[in-house]
Parts: sequence; structure tokens; C-alpha cells
Amino acid sequence: MAPSSSAKVNDIPVVKERASSPWRDAWRNFSKNKVAIMGLVIVVFFILLAILAPVIMPYDYAKTNLLDRLQGPSAEHWLGTDDFGRDILSRIIYGARISLWVGFSCVIGSVIVGCTLGILAGYYGKWVDIVISRIFDILLAFPSILLAIAIVAILGPDLQNALIAIAVINVPNFGRLIRSKVLSVKEEEYITAAKSVGMNDFRILFRHILPNSMTPIIVQGTLAIATAIIEVAALSFLGLGAQSPDVDWGKMLADSKQYLVQAPWTMIFPGLAIMLTVLGFNLMGDGLRDALDPKMKQ
Amino acid sequence: MFAYTIRRLFMLIPVLIGMSILVFSIIYLIPGNPAQIILGQRATVEAIAQVEQQLGLDQPWYIQYFDYVGGLLQGDLGTSIKTKVPISNEIYPYLAATIELTVVAIIIAIVIGVNAGIVSAWLHNSWFDYIAMIFALIGVSMPIFWLGLMEQYIFSVQLEWLPSTGRYDASTVITPITHLYLVDTLLQGNMAHFWDVSKHLILPGLALATIPMAIIARITRSSMLEVMRSDFIRTARAKGLNSFWVVYKHSLKNAVIPVLTVIGLQTGLLLGGAILTETIFGWPGIGRYIYDAINYRDYPVIQSGILLVATIFVMINLIVDLLYAAIDPRITYN
Repeated sequence: MAPSSSAKVNDIPVVKERASSPWRDAWRNFSKNKVAIMGLVIVVFFILLAILAPVIMPYDYAKTNLLDRLQGPSAEHWLGTDDFGRDILSRIIYGARISLWVGFSCVIGSVIVGCTLGILAGYYGKWVDIVISRIFDILLAFPSILLAIAIVAILGPDLQNALIAIAVINVPNFGRLIRSKVLSVKEEEYITAAKSVGMNDFRILFRHILPNSMTPIIVQGTLAIATAIIEVAALSFLGLGAQSPDVDWGKMLADSKQYLVQAPWTMIFPGLAIMLTVLGFNLMGDGLRDALDPKMKQ
Repeated sequence: MFAYTIRRLFMLIPVLIGMSILVFSIIYLIPGNPAQIILGQRATVEAIAQVEQQLGLDQPWYIQYFDYVGGLLQGDLGTSIKTKVPISNEIYPYLAATIELTVVAIIIAIVIGVNAGIVSAWLHNSWFDYIAMIFALIGVSMPIFWLGLMEQYIFSVQLEWLPSTGRYDASTVITPITHLYLVDTLLQGNMAHFWDVSKHLILPGLALATIPMAIIARITRSSMLEVMRSDFIRTARAKGLNSFWVVYKHSLKNAVIPVLTVIGLQTGLLLGGAILTETIFGWPGIGRYIYDAINYRDYPVIQSGILLVATIFVMINLIVDLLYAAIDPRITYN
């Protein structure tokens, strides 16, 4: 009996399955979503544009040429020139560096601060939670761009301060998100087990709770980059962000305001660049949400 | 419900105190001497001392804070450094201009957004659905300051259909009653002026409405889709009710809660967006008032303007919260 049954078992062809992991599943879901992939392509395109800017810019983005000022799109200047005769395409390509850098660093800043505060509030509860949650409530009580304007009004108008302002206004969003996640994760059995074997709080918080609360942060982070890019552009548009000679899409739009009649291309293309980038991050964020957390799917 | 309302009002107190502290601190967080910064490098010692006294900077901070809050409670918002007029006397026309613009924008956003969402859900996966959702997606990704400029270029510069700046034509004379000019012109029965004011509202209203409209359309569509799949809708259809009636009466009623939440959340976006829209369209609202104050370093105006807008925002969120229970009997507050 025994040899024949083992032979039968050996006859069954072994189906080699690739080990399934949550991240691999998420990627499989994400890659099936055509719209999300389109978002990813747009984002990668602009990231490449930003990285390769010095190589692919047709002209020096800061080089003025008053003889060529306010020229329409042509073979020499594909997207035309601005009031100082600077090539708009080169400025948009270089502007991608600032816009993306600002978008990413704002969100990274708010994720670090927001997560730390949110984790402390959620894990320790009691007065720590009360104090931190009230701070979040107060920050959320202001319309976000208004709070950013107030912060820049205090610190003074420049790109660095605009970045800090946008990072601050996003802190409570991440803080609240991670706090609610921590509240549910900390009741899980593996956390009780970790506590019972005497693991210290720091290790529990950052090795166990944080990694298990990351999904919503990744989704929210991607969508927040889109908002941060618009918000920083808005501050620059109001003259509270990038200052000359920095080139930022929002500032390009601000400079184009007075040439609306003569040279509409100075306004159309920087705006399109902002819209496309933001659209890319939004599509990617929606796709990530559907892939990582099917329950949140709308 | 009554107990919940009272509790919700009490919960507002720490937020309002926190807001006042934050806004009060603005002047202390400025690096350097605020009076010097307000007046510039060439200011005389006497002038600096005078501004310090006006702002109460010669007192200890806690006395200044209690003076500030005491003033606020009595409606004293401080005095503008630029115009030397008490802010509470000059802020109302700006506030009214913003309220008019914001209300028009939210009405546009709700009417178009909710209907686009309903029809999209009704004609799920049709061309209308796809096109509406593409527009909604572009709408949420659009910087409104760019949209405003594009509108000006297309409708004012190219087509010359609509005015690009201001609240009414320079030749029009409107005697303000409420400072809400749509209301004022109607009260005065002057339809020509009413039309003039309406024309000036279209472009900024539309620019400001775009993002909330897109979000409302997306949320309405998804919550309608969910409701339309439910049993009671199937029953309503089985009983022979026509599609239009099922969609508008039965489904919409049940999809209103998520939509209401979005509308509440969007108010902040609208009030913030008003600053950008007002700058582009030369709209003399509170956003423009704060923006000009920043350029002039008129800190009392910055402080009071921000505090006022934030207070309005908090109040609207409170009202939306309370409305939930009124609209949806399934929600109870214990």
C-alpha cells in the first residue's frame, strides 16, 4: 500500500506558484488598472524630466534675450518665450525639479511629524492623545491654504518657508489617519504577545505598529503630493513662495498674468504642466488605494 | 439631539481658544521686532514706540493675550495699520463680497455636481458617465488660479462675453444695503444692475466652484451606485415606479449624507480658494483684504481676517454635523 500511494503522490505534477506577498498582490492589482498605470507613466515622465533637466533643456532656463521676448511657439522655441525672452519649455523642464522636489519633501516632512505624533497619541492615549488631538483639531480648524499663508506671513516669503507651511498644514491629516489605525492595530494579538514577552514600547511602536499601519499612509501620501504641488504653486502665484531667480510653475503663472492678452502661451503651458503632474499623482493615488485596500474602493 | 448639540458646542471652546492663541502668536513669531518690520528699516524710534504701544507690544504677553481676547469678545478686531480704521468697521463689505462669491460657487458646485453624479450613476458605464468622470478628474487636478486665468483669456479676452475683473462695471452705481450686490440690486428693483452684477459673478464663481463640483460629482455617483443596487430600490422598480422617480426621490434621499459631508469639507477649500480667485478677478473680498495686508505687513488685519474666516469655517462644519442627524434619522447621537 505504502509504496503505491507514495508513487501516486509523486505523480501529481507540482504547480510552481510564486510566493504570494501582500506587496506582490497589490502590484498585480495595480498593474491591471489601466488608469492607474497611466498616472504612473505621467509621474515617471515628470520625474525623468526633473532628473534629466540639465541635459534635455534646449536653452539655459535663466538666459534672458530681450530681442526674443514674448515670442509665440515656433521651431526654435517650441512653447514660446516669456517677457525676458527666456525659453518657456526649458523653464517648465527645470521647474519640474522645484515642483516635484517641493511636493515630495513637503509630504515626507508631514508624514514623519504626523506619524510620530499620531502614533504617540494612538498608542499612549489619555492626556497625550487629548493634547495631540486638540492640536490637530486646531490646525484643521483653519482652511489649509489660509493657514499656509499665515505661516509664510510669519516666516517671510520664500520657497523654503512655503515648503514648511505646506508641510505643517498636512501634519494633522497624516496624524489623524495613523492615530485611528494605531488604535485598531494595538488591540491585535501580536501586539499583546510582543508586550507579554517584555518588548519595549519603542520597538513595538516602530517595528510592529508602524509597518502595519502604513497602507493608508502610502495612499494618502501619494494624493497629498498632488495637493502639495498645487498648494506650493498657489503660494508662489501669490508671491509668497519661489522668488526670482528660482523657477517654479506657480511663479511662471504669476509672471504671465500681465501678458494674458499679448502672450497667452506664457500662461497656458506652465498651468498644463501643473495639471498633468497633479493628475498623474491623483490617478496613481486612486489606483494605489484600490490595490492596497480594496475596502476603500469607491 | 439637544444633548449632542450642547456637547458639540462645548467641544468648540478649546478649538476656538487654540485658534485665538495661534492667531495671537502670529505677531510674536515674526523674527525680529514686529514694529520695526511693519514700519521698515528707516523707521524712527518714536514711530516704532508708537506702533508698539498701538499693538500693545509694551505689555507682558499674557496681558496682551487677555486684552486681545477681551477685545474679540466685544467685537473689537483691532485697528488696521494701513488705514488707521478699526477693522470691525471696515471688514464687513469685504466679508459680504466673499460670502456672495462663495455662496454662488457652492450653488453652482451642488447643482451641477449632484446632477452630473446622479446622471452618471443612472447611465452607469455610458458615454455620459465616462465624459463626466473625466471632467471630474481633470477638475480635481486643476489649479484654480490657472483655471481663472484661462477663463479670463477665453471669455473676456477672446470672446469678450464676460467681464474679467471687479464686482460691477465702473459706470454702474450701486447703493449698498447689505453689500451682497445681488440682493441689493434686487431690493432696489434694478434689473440692469442685477444683470451686471450677475455677469461679474459668473467667471470667479465658476472658477471657485470647479474643484468642489468635481468632488461632489464623484461622491454623488459612487454613493448613488451603492444605493441603486440596494433591495429597496429593486422593490421600487419592481412595483413599477418609473426610473426618474426612483432615481430622484428614493435614491437621492439616501445618497445625501456622503454628499453633505463633502459639502461641509469643501467649505474650507472654498474659503481658502476665495483668496486665489479674488486675487485673479480683482474681487474685493476678505481673501484680497488679507492678501493686501500681507504685502503691507498689516498684521492686525492678517490676524483678524484669518481668525474670522477660520471661525466661519468651524461654524459651518458644526452646522453640517448637526444637519446629519436632522436629515438622516438612522444617525443618533448618544
